[in-house]
Amino acid sequence: MAYRELIKNFENIRAYLREFYVYGFKSRTEYDLKSARSYDNERRRIESWLGDHIRSSQTADGKNIFLSIDSRTLQHNPFYKAWKAKSFTDRDITLHFILFDILHTPAVQKSLNELLSDIDTYLRIFPEPLSFDASTVRKKLKEYIEEGLIRTEKQGRQLLYARAPTLDRAPLTDIIDFFSEAAPCGVIGSFLQDALPSHTDPFTFKHHYMTQAIDSDILARLFDAIHAKRAITATNLGRHSNRPKTIRLIPLKIYISVQSGRQHLIAFHEKANRLTSYRLDYLSNIQAAEVCSRFDALRTQLAAAEPYMWGVNCRSSLKHLEHVEFEIQIAEHEQFIVQRLEREKRGGTVTQIDARHYRYTADVFDTNEMLPWIRSYLSRIISIRFSNRTAENKWKADLDAMYQIYGISEDTI
Amino acid sequence: MIFSEFYSAYYHAVTKILTKALESPMTESEMQALVLEYAFSESVLTIPPALKSGQWQLMHPDLTPILHHSPTRPLTLLEQRWLCAIQRDPRIALFDVSFPALSDAEPLFTPADYKIYDQYLDGDPFTDPTYIEHFRFILSAIREKRPVQLTMHNRHGKEIGVRCYPKGFEYSLKDDKIRIVADGCKFEHFNLGRVLTCTDYTGNGPWRQRPKPRRKKELLISITDERNALERVMLHFAHFEKQAERIDDTHYRLRLFYLQNDETELVIRILSFGPYIEVIAPQSFRKLIQNRLRAQKRCELP
Repeated sequence: MAYRELIKNFENIRAYLREFYVYGFKSRTEYDLKSARSYDNERRRIESWLGDHIRSSQTADGKNIFLSIDSRTLQHNPFYKAWKAKSFTDRDITLHFILFDILHTPAVQKSLNELLSDIDTYLRIFPEPLSFDASTVRKKLKEYIEEGLIRTEKQGRQLLYARAPTLDRAPLTDIIDFFSEAAPCGVIGSFLQDALPSHTDPFTFKHHYMTQAIDSDILARLFDAIHAKRAITATNLGRHSNRPKTIRLIPLKIYISVQSGRQHLIAFHEKANRLTSYRLDYLSNIQAAEVCSRFDALRTQLAAAEPYMWGVNCRSSLKHLEHVEFEIQIAEHEQFIVQRLEREKRGGTVTQIDARHYRYTADVFDTNEMLPWIRSYLSRIISIRFSNRTAENKWKADLDAMYQIYGISEDTI
Repeated sequence: MIFSEFYSAYYHAVTKILTKALESPMTESEMQALVLEYAFSESVLTIPPALKSGQWQLMHPDLTPILHHSPTRPLTLLEQRWLCAIQRDPRIALFDVSFPALSDAEPLFTPADYKIYDQYLDGDPFTDPTYIEHFRFILSAIREKRPVQLTMHNRHGKEIGVRCYPKGFEYSLKDDKIRIVADGCKFEHFNLGRVLTCTDYTGNGPWRQRPKPRRKKELLISITDERNALERVMLHFAHFEKQAERIDDTHYRLRLFYLQNDETELVIRILSFGPYIEVIAPQSFRKLIQNRLRAQKRCELP
């Protein structure tokens, strides 16, 4: 099949975008594909959408293509472009623009027959006009009603169609500019942005994990299910398995990280009878199921667990909390370190021991989730006490390994 | 749900072409320019021929549209639901806008439906009237390119005065803070939350000062892929300009480019990965890590 810039299904390109952006060291031969042409087509599409950010390098294994983006220099997430590449037919685009030209204000109401006649009038001028039958137009109108673009009103026995009122988006320009990058499902803001008059956007963003944009549809479907208190089925590609599994869950809350770039769904797994977290980038094919009568009770169960979740581990029991404690020392004029502890402490407590010493304590489900954060205080930690002895041993072993890597010994301090 | 042709770059480019063509006669090169601006780099191979040939029956061969009105489309339900959702975000208070009635759309999400679990706790006071007043004042100065006079607390708590041309805002979701991006003064950024007063600057300059140009530095690290370290590192540093290379099945090298001002933060972030990352170059950065580890060794963990 000839190459096309647009795509029907987002799932394939989702995996490629992640590979190119997050990793970027695989050569053409390493992609698990039906054919080499698939790789070439997907690469060409990404180059077409994100050309400014494509880089390549030559290695012994061949040429590597990757995406390299400094998010601070951009005002708009370039990954949103991928969501604007949905394919359509010649008839789809023709009918779309003609329909909204006929129904150019909400005051214009037309029956299906009137619309068919008007469409014919528009197309009559072409030597080989496209022809739209009643069933095709009715189907398209039904789709537009579901999307909120068209409204209907019954007059006697006749159903009349009109466009939904058009909202003046211009007064919302700043809001759309800001939240299209700073709120979940920001790509929807980007759709709104496209219809705004040309303007200068005053916002840029730091610590901006743009790759989350490629999971926007999954996120929106999960929000939809959460809002409706519905169970879902989903395909999950576990971290330790290459075989996707279909799982049934009651989605409760989305956990977003602004430090690791990950997004998780916290959900109740009915079969396992427990709360579990799932990476959004491993989920696909979300299907809403029936309304769950236990939703509110499960949300309450999650709320009880949340004070003890440092990250996304919600599987442990409240009866088996792990105690974490460490002390740091600061120099005179280093009060900013204490401020750092206070702003990063999440559910823990910071206590002053004396003028130069502070203690952090917390009870959590999983000490291991805290280790990277505690390591960021290296150079000041004077003691640690973890009730999870395995985690404490791991901490010590990791620290010894770091000393070894960087050649630090008793003699060199 | 989100992946629909209504939102596509092609529909957007065609909207722009038809709008322009309804205003005045359109040339083929003007059409191509609009396609390049609003669609993708290879779209010129598809959109103009489809419109010109009548494959998409929307224009006459002379490029006059068959439509009678500039094309517009109403908001989709999804767009309305997203706007309803952000209406509930506390940061919305910053913007001096009365939200339009959005029919009976349900919000796509509410603050109860998600949690940013690792955001810093000392974020800006987005609902504080003084903070909001400062934000709006600076925003108007950015729009009108007006110089401003600010007083603020510096990082040591001392009150200082600054005059500058605000150019924009930089928001960090991790810090949950807005910084003013400035020109005409020594520093490029000021925390909006530290501003005590802001007024129009009415003096005569001179404007000799400029922020130091941003200095990009390069860091080369080695990653040992144990305990899923490769994925964690790559995702963690995804927002930097970077390049990765495989050395063998368990070792990778990552070259990333960062701003000098962010060096201390980067040291902390590197340390957090423990022994799974080793700084290879430059030596000056490696020394920063070594200094921290030496200090730690001196702390004599029991």
